Amino acid sequence: MTELHHHTLAELAAGLRARRFSSVELVTHFLARIERSNPELNAFITVTAEEALRAAEAADKRLAAGEGGPLVGVPIAHKDIFCTDGVLTTCGSRMLSNFVSPYDATVVERLARAGVVTLGKANMDEFAMGSSNETSWYGPVKNPWDPKKVPGGSSGGSAAAVAARLAPAATGTDTGGSILQPAALTGLTGLKPTYGRVSRYGMIAFASSLDQAGTLTYTAEDAALLLGAMAGFDERDSTSVDTPVPDYAAALDQPLAGLKIGVLKEFFDKGLEESSATLVREALAQYERLGATLIEVSLPSLPLSVPTYYVVAPAECSSNLSRFDGVRFGYRCENPADLLDMYTRSRGEGFGAEVKRRIMTGTYVLSAGYYDAYYLKAQKVRRLIADDFVRAFARVDVLMGPTSPTPAFDIGAKVDDPITMYLNDIYTIGANLAGLPAVSIPCGFVGQLPVGLQIIGPHFAEAKLLNVAHGYQRETDWHKRIPRGYE
Amino acid sequence: MSSWETVIGLEIHAQLATKSKIFSSSATAYGAPPNAQANLVDLGYPGVLPVLNREAVRMAVKFGLAVDATISRRSVFARKNYFYPDLPKGYQISQYEKPIVEKGRLEIVLEDGSRKTIGITRAHLEEDAGKSLHEDFQGLSGIDLNRAGTPLLEIVSEPDMRSAKEAVAYMKKIHTLVRYLEICDGNMQEGSFRCDANVSVRPAGQEKFGTRCEIKNLNSFRFIERAINYEVARQIDVLESGGTIRQETRLYDPDKGETRSLRSKEEANDYRYFPDPDLLPVALDDEFIESVRGTLPELPDEKAARYVEKFGLSDYDAGVLTASREMGDYYEAVVAKLGGHEKLAANWVMGELSAALNKEGVEITASRIDPTRLAGLLARIVDETISGKIAKDVFEQMWSDDKDADAIIEAKGLKQITDTSAIEKVVDDVMAANPKQLAEYRSGKDKLFGFFVGQVMKATGGKANPAQVNEILKKRLTG
Repeated sequence: MTELHHHTLAELAAGLRARRFSSVELVTHFLARIERSNPELNAFITVTAEEALRAAEAADKRLAAGEGGPLVGVPIAHKDIFCTDGVLTTCGSRMLSNFVSPYDATVVERLARAGVVTLGKANMDEFAMGSSNETSWYGPVKNPWDPKKVPGGSSGGSAAAVAARLAPAATGTDTGGSILQPAALTGLTGLKPTYGRVSRYGMIAFASSLDQAGTLTYTAEDAALLLGAMAGFDERDSTSVDTPVPDYAAALDQPLAGLKIGVLKEFFDKGLEESSATLVREALAQYERLGATLIEVSLPSLPLSVPTYYVVAPAECSSNLSRFDGVRFGYRCENPADLLDMYTRSRGEGFGAEVKRRIMTGTYVLSAGYYDAYYLKAQKVRRLIADDFVRAFARVDVLMGPTSPTPAFDIGAKVDDPITMYLNDIYTIGANLAGLPAVSIPCGFVGQLPVGLQIIGPHFAEAKLLNVAHGYQRETDWHKRIPRGYE
Repeated sequence: MSSWETVIGLEIHAQLATKSKIFSSSATAYGAPPNAQANLVDLGYPGVLPVLNREAVRMAVKFGLAVDATISRRSVFARKNYFYPDLPKGYQISQYEKPIVEKGRLEIVLEDGSRKTIGITRAHLEEDAGKSLHEDFQGLSGIDLNRAGTPLLEIVSEPDMRSAKEAVAYMKKIHTLVRYLEICDGNMQEGSFRCDANVSVRPAGQEKFGTRCEIKNLNSFRFIERAINYEVARQIDVLESGGTIRQETRLYDPDKGETRSLRSKEEANDYRYFPDPDLLPVALDDEFIESVRGTLPELPDEKAARYVEKFGLSDYDAGVLTASREMGDYYEAVVAKLGGHEKLAANWVMGELSAALNKEGVEITASRIDPTRLAGLLARIVDETISGKIAKDVFEQMWSDDKDADAIIEAKGLKQITDTSAIEKVVDDVMAANPKQLAEYRSGKDKLFGFFVGQVMKATGGKANPAQVNEILKKRLTG
């Protein structure tokens, strides 16, 4: 008999509706798995067992009454960047180590209304700044495929929790690859929707013009289910877009014959490990077998995306993180002598090294005399990169390439070298800068470590992306593999 | 001693009269208990986002149209970054490179009656900060964020003013205008209307501006005039004794009547402005702008011109009566009820009524005599039931009770005597009772005419029609 944690989110949802098991049973099962494995993985910062069981009971009543949509009673984990009413919300930082949010983020609120049960809050890089989940005040998260390896970041806790079957799905956020890269490094399906597709209200801001909420799941079908409940205009977020939310699940089975795939020339560069490149090429060949056409596409401005990102994102973060001043909430230093002392020590002690590095970089690029040379120039390059994508999508339906230059690397290997660490996101940053939706799906293993295939689509083409990902997952079983020890 | 020319530019902060804040749904009403009107957005909580109040945009556009400005089809909100405990987010959302209103102008009237146009560089939307309270907290500071997020329109003038008086005239004109437009309550005591003044001096005839100092947070017309005059004198003093002016921000101390240095240009913050990524650019189309134009009331200058042209008032009277929208409304209501007699109505509104209002310190909208009752009184002057002098007594009575003029005139028997034979009888009696004065008058002492008028009025309790008294007296006295 298969166990509950062997099912996809869609299967669990169907099982609940068919009353094969109850939400309380399901939640109890996952809470037990979390209790057993979290001490090793460190995937959760907070486990909300009591609240989860209460919500599961309520869900079971709704199920018994035949009420609600397809997600009633399924449990998930939320990245600890989403504000959750009455629950500790840390953003992976000492700065918010005492912050119990007085309200729910829109994403949390919408999923709760859809009947989704929250198991807990997943670990993450501090303020989502990192690519390895090593910058968290709560310590590094381990990759379930190899405990010596990082799970990627910043949504590393979400990725590890789902990969280890401690939760059937999790929310994440992506500013420069923070969903896609950990999904690739842990063998999951990661979806970063179009900028503006999902409300940012209640999602603690890193870089406002880049941040976007998404999902980490086993399958594209699961992602379609969750996105349907999360997406849509929110009057509390002026940058959320008022465009109808399609039925993502309904579009999954469209045939892929005739699909025009742009293969990103710049992504197959010398930075890409050969073993990963081989697996990505094999995945592309699989798409050809499904009737798709491969067309090589060049985005000449794309190599500029890392430097562009590391001007824009720190600039916005330096301002976004100014509110953490020890005055109204969060960490305040002991016995401040005066106002300046309170500011400098609260922020000095409350923020970790990477966050400080980015605040300082951002402060610098916005300073008088440097603004034009850095911030303004970066915004112009950002436009060039976005224009490159627009031209490409005039020729092809989707773009494909690797998600990450390498599989998961060793914990501690890159912490002292920020530039090498930043280059991890070299393939994912372009979609963020252009506001495009992207998916990463597992396309094979190097040794025991998964490798991700990245699929980028035009704005609001999530249905197409999930359809393309689902077509591949019908033919392959990489996404069904479970790390040893977590079967 | 060389002569100096003063150069002044003003930055006026007008608090917009929206019901809720510029980026949150909190109320903006003044005087609530500390932090009772601050929600999570105002407190800058993690994860919250600003949403622009459409009404604030409408009000800014209304102002722009009223000063013949260019309304930007696309304006951008920017973050002004600095740390202060009453600035919850660590940045103020303002407009920097692309304000909503640009290149306007406003005409002011100088003391000698001449007119001058003051350029308005720009007007932009921004949020106010909260308040730091340094008393009553045992050495700590209290923060009240009720005001945080209140919408402000910052109106920046060109350096077109050449004296403190001009600056005050300009500020008063803006003050009148924003209240006409109903976009600001103009309450200076509560801080709804305040300004910073940029002041410099240069040798007369020199084209290049002198180094300027900015005087912060002036919240009364009197302080503005005093602060500028003090600052001008200080700068001239420094320059004439061979010194140089340091560009700096200064604070006016109303108790000492002087300005003092707050911070120099070198100490000024680098605000690191950049476009706020949480807010989309404000895109305005012609349809919206025209719909706002349709809501513009008759502006003070237009109204004054109409009073001069249609009502035959002097420029001065028209200016006084249009100084506030409420005064003009009151005046026109009186004229309408009275069916004309605009000059008479003007004299009474500017004279007796304004004096009574000032004495009690009440606004014209709260006047104890409404336009209908005042028109009722003036109608009795027009139809000669009472004289203007008696009318003043009736007015006083009306101010202290609710009765109409007619009831008071009736009850007190104040009706004017216009019966010629009755007046003739009184005149004869007065002449008979004062033979000595009569003889003197007739021997050429014309001045005594007034004495006889006074006696007749006294005998009739002031009720005799003055014109008739004059006429009859003249005839009889000459014999």
